[in-house]
Amino acid sequence: MKRRNFIQQTSAATAFIGIGGLSSLSFKPNYKKHITILHTNDVHSHIEPFGPDDSRNPNMGGVARRATLIQQIRNENPNTLLLDAGDIFQGTPYFNFYGGELEFKLMSKMKYDAATIGNHDFDNGIDGLYAQLPHAEFDFISSNYDFSNTVMDGNTHEHKIFTKDGVRIGIFGLGIELQGLVNDSLYKETKYLDPIEIAQDQSRILKEEKNCDLVICLSHLGYKYSSDKISDIKLAQTTENIDLIIGGHTHTFLDKPTVETNKAGKKVLVNQVGCYGLYLGRIDFYLDDKNNIETNGVKIEV
Amino acid sequence: MKKTRLSLFLLLSVILLSCKGNEVKPSEIKGQRIAIDEKIEPDAEIEEFVAPFKEHLNKTLDSTLAYNPNDMVKSDGDLNTAIGNLMADLVIEQANPIFKSRTGNEIDMVLLNHGGIRAGLNKGNISTRSAYALMPFENEIVVAELSGEKIKEMLTYLERAKTAHPVSGIQIEMDQDYKVTSAKINGEDFDEDKTYFVATSDYLQQGGDNMNFFKDPIQLYKVDYKLRNAIIDYFKKVDTLTVEKDNRFIRK
Repeated sequence: MKRRNFIQQTSAATAFIGIGGLSSLSFKPNYKKHITILHTNDVHSHIEPFGPDDSRNPNMGGVARRATLIQQIRNENPNTLLLDAGDIFQGTPYFNFYGGELEFKLMSKMKYDAATIGNHDFDNGIDGLYAQLPHAEFDFISSNYDFSNTVMDGNTHEHKIFTKDGVRIGIFGLGIELQGLVNDSLYKETKYLDPIEIAQDQSRILKEEKNCDLVICLSHLGYKYSSDKISDIKLAQTTENIDLIIGGHTHTFLDKPTVETNKAGKKVLVNQVGCYGLYLGRIDFYLDDKNNIETNGVKIEV
Repeated sequence: MKKTRLSLFLLLSVILLSCKGNEVKPSEIKGQRIAIDEKIEPDAEIEEFVAPFKEHLNKTLDSTLAYNPNDMVKSDGDLNTAIGNLMADLVIEQANPIFKSRTGNEIDMVLLNHGGIRAGLNKGNISTRSAYALMPFENEIVVAELSGEKIKEMLTYLERAKTAHPVSGIQIEMDQDYKVTSAKINGEDFDEDKTYFVATSDYLQQGGDNMNFFKDPIQLYKVDYKLRNAIIDYFKKVDTLTVEKDNRFIRK
């Protein structure tokens, strides 16, 4: 396993500072800034929790609980961003009945900052997605779907920069190839652009031109495939300037973010929290105003 | 609040981030996932907001559409079942008028898959919720014009499958070893030189359940009708479900 090698190598090369039992507060005073990224993916219209008799996820999930949890974390750290990696739509009769209105309204109430677009978000057609936009008080970020010949033209951002406590967080979004996955009568003239090229371009713009301190990719490409298909893992390895990839599509339940090494030899975190709103992902960035901490390292606790 | 927290703590060497006059840099990153479960108190405002949507949804889902006089489960037959026959028959009944008005042709037969029957229908009142349970997916009805050769491949598939895949419009007899001894479409012996209009779901047409004979039809027609909506519309139309297990697909 890649991860194991990685742990062995790094533990041999550097001093190991304690194992387990460390709360986030242990380190907090040492750093100037603290940014919290919360994320969901593939919620698929799961608004109510699973019932006690559910065979797979008894008593899990539920938007009202998620709202409580998000508020608790925001109270703890107001410098929090809340993101979704797509496939908001489809999966319960709520979607069939209300077309996504309730999903968007609830995400707005929870103060989501941004989402990217998943393949199932086209399930009522691109017109169905467009029709629900008035209910979304958050931004859609999509960098590799060219919507110019569709109703969605001008309704998404190729990237967006959020500033929290003076920290510039640049976010871009990647969607999966729709051909063969979604009926073309649904996505119409949406053009799919190469995710790696777009990612290289967007992350460079965000990091170098726009001076972002953190670059996050919201991706609906999928975590990993046995084929050559582009995935979050492959994206992490073949690009530079991305700090964190928040993924979706493959309903991958990661109990911790995967740490990959990018083209420039830097570490990239890849995370995904399964589906149906069963989990909330949380990544905390502690930032320093020194050029680097003494060991020239970034501590990653996962 | 339960946290699925990871105990690993790593100190990573990283290559120096290039300095571009930007002062703040990440020096520590922590990742975790938090389970959303019954230990978290639900937000009252959100619950209140969802309540009318939920109420309307449940009312609609649970309103009675038809009466079912017998329990129907997909395991109650060898090569055909009441519930499978119901689904296959209603596809012709609901989709044929649309198909005919668009193309002038008629659907000759239907083939669905046994695995696609996602729930049984209990004796008693049948609701929209029953239709969602029976067909939770968004699959659409499509009509594939298949050559006689492809129909033959279909029969070979059914010989191997030895399964009660729902059919309508075709009558198939097999021997005890599941070899086809007779296949009649619209009451006439299947003719290898003819082409047939076969209705199925887009999922199966695209090769689902390895039904590869559907993949390259002479012509493919969309009906723009979801299978579940066809089921719901059929339930609304009939007062009592009368479809039963019969002799459309049997072993002799």
